[in-house]
Amino acid sequence: MRFYHRLASPRHFYQIAGQWIPWLGAISLILLAWGLYEGLLVAPTDYQQGESYRIIFIHVPAAWMSMFIYLIMAIAGAINLVWRMKMAEVVLVSSAPIGAVFAFLALVTGSLWGKPMWGTWWVWDARLTSELFLLFLYLGIIALHGAIEDKRTAGRAVSILALVGVINLPIIHFSVEWWNTLHQGSTVSVMGGSKMDSRMLRPLLIMSFAFKFYYGMILFMRARNEVLDRERNTSWVRQIAEGKAS
Amino acid sequence: MSEFLHMGGYAFYVWTSYGLAFVLMLALFVSPMIEKKRLIAGIARKLRRERREK
Repeated sequence: MRFYHRLASPRHFYQIAGQWIPWLGAISLILLAWGLYEGLLVAPTDYQQGESYRIIFIHVPAAWMSMFIYLIMAIAGAINLVWRMKMAEVVLVSSAPIGAVFAFLALVTGSLWGKPMWGTWWVWDARLTSELFLLFLYLGIIALHGAIEDKRTAGRAVSILALVGVINLPIIHFSVEWWNTLHQGSTVSVMGGSKMDSRMLRPLLIMSFAFKFYYGMILFMRARNEVLDRERNTSWVRQIAEGKAS
Repeated sequence: MSEFLHMGGYAFYVWTSYGLAFVLMLALFVSPMIEKKRLIAGIARKLRRERREK
């Protein structure tokens, strides 16, 4: 509980996050190198899709991240609305551009995979459309936050938007079951076991953990900047600016 | 090696995907570093101005 309270204070968050960043980066880099090695060199060729399926090791982790980050933002939004916690607002605002990048990456890599396999860059099917909507939600949150001058008002507004938009997450997840889609169903399942060769599944999971740690690092970097900006008139930030502290 | 780069004829699709991931993730890393420098320089500039005015 004490740790939680310390993280809730911007000054302590700034210090603790600063200590974590190099570790998160190192773990992410090791996992990325391992995942790329397994995915590009160890995993066998797919009997149906040939080598093109290797896009999966970017596409699926990126798509998972786009949903995971949104979930974090919605939770942060709820915490901010209920407890008016400054740091929850910081987490929400700092996460939005990262989530947008992963949603964009999932869409473009999906397109690059769809062209050789389906013969088209894009179809308006339920999975693709709901993921595109997720990207628009991210962009909407970024734009809304930028449009409101007062930081606290902006924070509450994006909290509400993030919370309302969370309805899109189950739609994305179940889209391949609810509608007749061109997009394939889930190959990886937590409960029902996975329909995938373990040499393919392993790099997929390693890459998705690598992306999680990468998100953690970038989130902390962005959140630290956000804290510096918001606390610019405090003595501890002034000391950092004058090079007397780090 | 060239067979590996060839990706069974899907080189363009596979390497564009990996290349884009690399560029975007690098941009995610570099942009907050630049932003931090900009922020700290801005705060330091304001402090110097305040001190001169006193």
